[in-house]
Amino acid sequence: MKRKKKEKPVQFISNDGKHSYRYEGNTLHLNGQLKLVESGRLARNVLRKLSALNPSSLTLNLDRLEDIDSSGVMALHFVKDKLSEKGTHVEVEGGSEEVRKKMELFGHKAIEKVTRPPHRSYPEVLGAQVQRFFLTYAYGFLLLAANVFYWSLADLFNTKSRRKGEFVNQAVLIGVNASLIVLFMSFVIGLVLAMHSSGQLRLFGANIFIVDLTVIAVMSQMGPLITAILVAGRSGSAIAAEIATMKVTAELDALKTMGLDPIRFVVVPKLYAALLTMPFLIIIANVSGIFGGGVAAYVYLDITPEIFINRMRDVMQGKDLLTAFVKSQVYASIIVLTGTFYGFRVAHSAEGVGKVTTIAVVVSISLVILADSILGLIFY
Amino acid sequence: MQLQKVVEVKGLTASFDDKEVLSDVSFSANKGEVTVILGGSGSGKTTVLRHLLGLLTLHQGQISVLGKDIGTLTEDEQRDLYLKLGVFYQSGALLNSLTVGENVGLPLVQHSRIPRELIEEIVTMKLGLVNLEYAYHLYPSQLSGGMLKRAALARAIAMDPPLLFCDEPGAGLDPVSLESLDHLILNLKSLLGMSVVLVTHEVASIMRVADRVVFLEEGKTVFEGSLEKALKSEEPGVKAFFSVLKTQKDKNL
Ligand SMILES: Nc1ncnc2c1ncn2[C@@H]1O[C@H](COP(=O)(O)OP(=O)(O)O)[C@@H](O)[C@H]1O
Ligand SMILES: [Mg+2]
Repeated sequence: MKRKKKEKPVQFISNDGKHSYRYEGNTLHLNGQLKLVESGRLARNVLRKLSALNPSSLTLNLDRLEDIDSSGVMALHFVKDKLSEKGTHVEVEGGSEEVRKKMELFGHKAIEKVTRPPHRSYPEVLGAQVQRFFLTYAYGFLLLAANVFYWSLADLFNTKSRRKGEFVNQAVLIGVNASLIVLFMSFVIGLVLAMHSSGQLRLFGANIFIVDLTVIAVMSQMGPLITAILVAGRSGSAIAAEIATMKVTAELDALKTMGLDPIRFVVVPKLYAALLTMPFLIIIANVSGIFGGGVAAYVYLDITPEIFINRMRDVMQGKDLLTAFVKSQVYASIIVLTGTFYGFRVAHSAEGVGKVTTIAVVVSISLVILADSILGLIFY
Repeated sequence: MQLQKVVEVKGLTASFDDKEVLSDVSFSANKGEVTVILGGSGSGKTTVLRHLLGLLTLHQGQISVLGKDIGTLTEDEQRDLYLKLGVFYQSGALLNSLTVGENVGLPLVQHSRIPRELIEEIVTMKLGLVNLEYAYHLYPSQLSGGMLKRAALARAIAMDPPLLFCDEPGAGLDPVSLESLDHLILNLKSLLGMSVVLVTHEVASIMRVADRVVFLEEGKTVFEGSLEKALKSEEPGVKAFFSVLKTQKDKNL
């Protein structure tokens, strides 16, 4: 004891009364329990008061400590470290055997903070992103496309290696089940399109051109696009989710080790199904879109079905059928490949499944619209 | 030493889609003891645990955990009870969007007023108990199966809960990690007075930690008692389970 002179006792009582501190003669006596709640108080308030006093030496006396938990032990070490940094010599003394044992269990080694990996600078991140886009996404997508198309051609007449019944199954899921929603949506859009145009056309007395407008808009743009967007939303997401789930649960690995290529076993049947059903879906969309337009023409411009159909014969060209078919094949490929690509890219956690599913839908719809404008230029 | 019951189950019966999974399950777990729930896969161990935690609605039977009747708890009482329980899920169940350190620290951050810096130290210490300090800033998806288990255990004991539930913590761990995990459980038991309800298949682990054994078979409790009694039990399922030990001994001879 260096100084015999009694310092003014400092005392804090914690709210719940389960713990109190008495600071006296460079010794902090801890009474009662030191658990989660009290640790917070020790590490905040008491530490602040002690720092303000800034004694040259300090003893933490645990003789009256009844109970301590891991956060309490850590809080003691915390106080000790913080005060040592400021030049105070801190010692811990006393304590029951139980308290001592817990101090040992929870604090036996010096805690070494694990440092967070440093953040990279912005240009570096940007560069890495661009590099990743080309190396991972563009390259990976083309590689996957090549792989899938190769096997879809190679397996076309090779009925033996095919997964039994899967093609029909997928055709129902991707095509048949989508037909009603495609039918309904196209009808509504054809109807609304013609309805809005009818007012303008009547102004010019060009009523009959409602037929040209509806037929061209639906056949060359609306029908294929609506179909593709609906299929991307329904089946693109389903494909991504299915493949991602299979990857997360190691089903893909299991397929591989059974000697089954996931591309041939899972992806190719989906591609066949999409390629086959998409043209029919587009036909449904076109017919019901034009029908919707016809209804609007009859209601708003008094164009009878007879006149409408006669005029339609003049407007329609054989080229339109070819365009629709090419579009159907391109869109179907985009949707299946994008879903598959993102499905395979899932990080191995269940959370990843939802993420890749969302991205797959957004990307496939964007790619479809992009492809639509390119094809539109080609077939103009 | 007075034996206080931390868990008491009476006549628990449960079914999924008309299929009875648990029929008339009754057992109890004592304070300061490790109670091991044993049984083949599909015997209903996880279902029992989920009932104890109030994650499944109790339709038939009585359950009390830490003296609270699970069937009649209000939402607030249930939350207060959760703060006293540590739970280790069979699948780990760490939040994937947080790092391992943030996962372990989450209950501390949410339920206490401890400064951030100290929380980080507590978390590092807790991770140290399961030898996983280096994974502080890693995300769960970057860990192996065994590391995930250990991280999940660190989270379960983050608040020093008086009652710890573990669903197959040993599955997928190497024998050395398993042993250190068992020692950790024993330490927590003896020093913190933690009571533990443990589901496990690992015979070695049972021999090390179990005070009390509950044996489930097709949704029924066929045995309940001390480990010594279990080893001598004539119940066919229990006997078959522990006969593994005898064959091991025979080899040694
Ligand atoms: N959510 C659920 N829906 C339907 N059946 C379930 C569900 N969870 C579990 N089961 C059934 O309950 C039985 C017991 O399952 P579980 O408690 O998980 O077994 P254990 O953990 O002992 O392996 C099994 O037969 C399982 O099929
Ligand atoms: Mg289970």
